[in-house]
Amino acid sequence: MISQSVAKEYQGMLDAYEKAGGDKNALKSKDIAKLVIHKNRVLSNDGVKGINIKTRETKSGVNVNLQVEEGAKIPHPVHLCFGVLPKEGLQEIIMKVNAEDNSEVSVIAHCIFPNAVKVIHKMDADINIGNNARFDYKETHYHGEFGGIEVIPKAKIRVGKGGVWQSTFTLSQGLVGKLDYDFEVFCEEKAVAELVVKAYGKGSDEIKVWEKIHLNGTGARGLAKSRIVLSDKAKAEVKGETYGNAPLARGHVDCIELVNGKEAVARAIPIVSVTDGRAKVTHEAAIGSIDRKQVETLMARGLDENEAVDVIVRGILR
Amino acid sequence: MLAVQNLCLRLNGKSIIDDLSLEVKQGEIHGILGENGTGKTTIAYLIMGVNNYKPTAGKIIFDGRDVANLSVSRRARLGISLAWQEPARIEGLTVRDYLRLSGNNFGIEQIKNCLRMVGLEPAQYLDRDIDATLSGGERKRIELASVLAMRPKLAILDEPDSGIDIVALPLILNGIVEMNRQGSSVLLITHSEKMAEIAHRVSILCAGKIIRTGAPLETNQWFKDNCRTCLHINEPQTEVI
Repeated sequence: MISQSVAKEYQGMLDAYEKAGGDKNALKSKDIAKLVIHKNRVLSNDGVKGINIKTRETKSGVNVNLQVEEGAKIPHPVHLCFGVLPKEGLQEIIMKVNAEDNSEVSVIAHCIFPNAVKVIHKMDADINIGNNARFDYKETHYHGEFGGIEVIPKAKIRVGKGGVWQSTFTLSQGLVGKLDYDFEVFCEEKAVAELVVKAYGKGSDEIKVWEKIHLNGTGARGLAKSRIVLSDKAKAEVKGETYGNAPLARGHVDCIELVNGKEAVARAIPIVSVTDGRAKVTHEAAIGSIDRKQVETLMARGLDENEAVDVIVRGILR
Repeated sequence: MLAVQNLCLRLNGKSIIDDLSLEVKQGEIHGILGENGTGKTTIAYLIMGVNNYKPTAGKIIFDGRDVANLSVSRRARLGISLAWQEPARIEGLTVRDYLRLSGNNFGIEQIKNCLRMVGLEPAQYLDRDIDATLSGGERKRIELASVLAMRPKLAILDEPDSGIDIVALPLILNGIVEMNRQGSSVLLITHSEKMAEIAHRVSILCAGKIIRTGAPLETNQWFKDNCRTCLHINEPQTEVI
């Protein structure tokens, strides 16, 4: 018997999830694995064949253990929905992921804090991608307009031989508040890692992004990509690090930060390092105002200046 | 439709456009033919109002109204558009969405037709971004398609043939003629006499001045005979031309 308060919380999360762009029906489908957590309470936890999700509620959050069984190809994306609906709260998610050899899964996570005035959301993930396994992870945040939130996602990811890790972290709706993103990937032979971060800082938002890729196996490949747009007094610092430590390893750091305001501040610190003579890593970073020619190209189609800037910003964060 | 009157632009004390007058009639393809550095792109920028170019003197009359002080958007809404010589690349903006910006509420079939008219297969391009993954020639053709989708009263085409391969060139020429047939007047800026052949009238530009206007065949020949061999590029001297 579900208590009324739990049912109300669940409905609140579903509504917020939908507002954040999530597919509410996916959270109701029996064919789709899902996990819904409000603060430190697990509201829904459904696995499907090939996926096991175990949870343990703690005082400040939830410990999650997600296992994708060896050889399992999960047909539908797994949906995760984390959030804090009240104005204040702390949510600490400790996540352990094991995608076993030859498995394939796509995970869509929505993190929802629509009313946050004083909320802290931490995620600490320990992720293992097995040999020839593939794991796609898309995390989208929806924050309210108060900016009173700290988001601290941290992950250490090991990608086995021939495995693939692709992640996209997007925070472009509402005020960011404070973001301290720190993902580190270790790639074995012929493994592939792609880390993408997209964020739109407004007001007094503070964004810190730290992407690290260690290409430790022969032929490993990695891309650390970031797209940050800043307006008002927002600040961002992006560190992209790639280490080519094995023969034929190929890595690239690609950072673009657009500053749309006189008081916004952007920094980029790319670090590329090679310890094997047959490895190659490259970087490109561009920081600056929105390209005038792009704006005028769109204005020559009839958009006014603000509309043109909006199209460019939406494009870069898409 | 467009009357540029005694237009001047000086930058850093140097005359770029020098007392230039030009008329584009309703329904006309008007070619501007000139060597590199004669001010062709500057004219395009002045008429469209981009690149912070403001005339030092003169008027740009469009549909009876001086537009020289209007914003780019206002000029576009009045019916002027520009296909850039080197179009900008915009990450995350698809070809489909770019062509839809025209404001004509074109359906997908009309958008596809615009692409076909410049020799691009819609299925291969609609969902691609107009970013660095496109070649220069592809991006140019998409730029032309976007002007086609806009159906402007006046289309300014800045060197639409540059970077276009020889196979695609006839398609581009057809696209311009079709654009004109659909009702757009065209200011066709080029350094190629071949390109200028599709114009109804051609003006020759030298050192920021129009030095001759006439029918394409004779004007192109005059350009070939005089400008191609001119030793005084951008410094017209009466004894030479």
